[in-house]
Amino acid sequence: MLTYLARRLVLAAITTFAITLVTFAILHLPPVDFVTAYAAQAAAQGTAISAAEADAMRLAYGLNQPLWVQYWKWLAMVASGEFGRSFEYGRPVTEVIGDRLWLTVLLSMGAIVVTWGLALPIGIYSAVRQYSLGDYVFTFLGFVGLAIPNFLLALIVMYFGLRLFGMSVGGLFSAEQQLAPWTWAKVVDLAQHLPVPILILSLAGTAQLVRIMRANLLDELRRPYVVTARARGLPERRVILKYPVRAALNPFASTIGYLLPFMVSGSVIISVVLSLPTVGPLLLRSLLSQDMLLASTIILLLGVLTVIGTLISDLLLMWIDPRIRLGQIR
Amino acid sequence: MSEAVISEPLVTEAETRVAVATQRQLIWWRFRKHRLALVSAVIVGLFYLVAVFADVLAYAPPFDTEAARSYIPPQPIYWFDADGHFHPHVYALKGKRDLRTFKLSYAPDPSEPRDLVLFAHGYPYSFLGLIPTDIHLFGVADGKPENALFLLGTDQLGRDLYSRLILATRTSLTIGLVGVALSLVLGVLLGGISGLQGGWVDTVIQRVIEILRSIPTIPLWMGLAAAVPASWSPQQVYFAITIIISLIGWTELARVVRGRFLALREEDFITAAVLAGASRLRIIFRHMVPSFLSHIIAAISLALPAMIISETTLSFLGLGLRPPAISWGVLLQDAQNLQTLGLAPWLLFAAVPVIVVILAFNFLGDGLRDAADPYG
Repeated sequence: MLTYLARRLVLAAITTFAITLVTFAILHLPPVDFVTAYAAQAAAQGTAISAAEADAMRLAYGLNQPLWVQYWKWLAMVASGEFGRSFEYGRPVTEVIGDRLWLTVLLSMGAIVVTWGLALPIGIYSAVRQYSLGDYVFTFLGFVGLAIPNFLLALIVMYFGLRLFGMSVGGLFSAEQQLAPWTWAKVVDLAQHLPVPILILSLAGTAQLVRIMRANLLDELRRPYVVTARARGLPERRVILKYPVRAALNPFASTIGYLLPFMVSGSVIISVVLSLPTVGPLLLRSLLSQDMLLASTIILLLGVLTVIGTLISDLLLMWIDPRIRLGQIR
Repeated sequence: MSEAVISEPLVTEAETRVAVATQRQLIWWRFRKHRLALVSAVIVGLFYLVAVFADVLAYAPPFDTEAARSYIPPQPIYWFDADGHFHPHVYALKGKRDLRTFKLSYAPDPSEPRDLVLFAHGYPYSFLGLIPTDIHLFGVADGKPENALFLLGTDQLGRDLYSRLILATRTSLTIGLVGVALSLVLGVLLGGISGLQGGWVDTVIQRVIEILRSIPTIPLWMGLAAAVPASWSPQQVYFAITIIISLIGWTELARVVRGRFLALREEDFITAAVLAGASRLRIIFRHMVPSFLSHIIAAISLALPAMIISETTLSFLGLGLRPPAISWGVLLQDAQNLQTLGLAPWLLFAAVPVIVVILAFNFLGDGLRDAADPYG
């Protein structure tokens, strides 16, 4: 168990390191450095920056140092929670991001909970009642869920929400709560707006998990121990839930590590379409305006949060799966 | 003198057929049973035909803008004339001034019918980049088709959605192919080395895959795609996007390949090749790859839709292919907000081919995966 834990921790550390490298690379990918971009922006606004001033800025930001020195300085800064200032907004990056990060986390976690909550009973139903009408309906829905990219689904839901019900599904808050400080009323407002985006986000994942669950459970249901349990007169519900479902859950549970990155990715996209106040639209905007410090901070934070989330799910898995606790799987 | 004893055959004819069938036949027989996969294969084939003959199937120049044609809803083809004879025609566009607002608006005018003909002359193009021609599968007899034929309506700039959709099919389907080809090379190479070598090499490659899979891909793609310089030509952007997409897409293929390699490594014919002194690359590509080619093909047809979704998503966000390039994602970008959707809901039609082709690829991949192991 300790080796499992140690391996996971080391892997998480390496992943975090890889993410910082990639983020730093993205920060430095644009062919023009940001002082040049800043000078161009200033010139466009009528306050030209002289070459000497630009050089002074480069010196101040350490842009003339070798890349690895810059990387270490940047890492030290980031580690102390100092992410720099956004170009476009002229405010500290952390301030610009604000609540958006937590709303992203809320959305992704919510989608995972819903994915599990839906996929588990549907998967069990589809396996136990194989080839029933319900099974076919869910299989069909599953394929549709897999085939529609979630930004398209968001677009379609938005369109029909407006056409058929005359309601706007965009945003996470009503207009009057948008800028209000956090109160109970705002929390209720958020809770009312969350279900639609969460459902959209969880459809593809649910479709995938239902298929895995169905296949696993079908394999288990054919095992002799199930026949034995029936022969001994156990009630059907107990026959299914007590052993086959638990056995089928194992590969199911190990996919949770890939579910979180998937959800975070999806949340970025559907947030853009549904204009949700998460980091998604902010990331897109900052990338389009080449506000790289803001963009790279968002990518870094999303990556690190995903690593933490995956680590937590690994710990959960360890708690659920006795084989890991006993050190049979490493 | 010995008498030959003619015994009854122990196996039926069907079983003999299976016993002597080649691997390829077995796969085909198994695949044939999967009706949905068969239909999907036909659909995918049709889509690629559209990609090849895109310019022939389109009737309006995909880039020409014309304010007069802005946001024209889809117009039906009228198959019969007033006398009930078969006589397909459409109506030409005509401006009408609103007498209250004095605004000039354009709409098809029933008093000006235009005949629909096959193999009509239209905008010039070169077929497959080789043969310059202006023949299109269908068009209008006299006058420009783009001023009369609106199968799926037009966008804000007055470009015909049907023609653009047909040409977008070419871009979106080929970008998937190129992307898969690239990730296939990476996947087979790294997965192969991982499975064949084992030991610490395997560990390192597996950890790299694990790390790549635990990073949220979309933000990463967005970051990389945003770094593509705005000054690049559409072709350069196309290749940059393909590389970005395949950089992360190879992990699943590598996983499949590694699994097959691990299984094959213990086979006698591989040991024989090693003993005969064949080089590693020769063993991989000459002996191992052919024996799990069918698995690779199945994995490819499951990887293709993922590539297509990635391209569509990036382009939709404005970070992938950029106009003047046309892809499904670029077309859907026009349908991004509610105002436009309220005004021109037909723009959402670009979603239909995306969904159909992804579904078809998924069913096809499922069928191929089942068929890849005909003994299983």
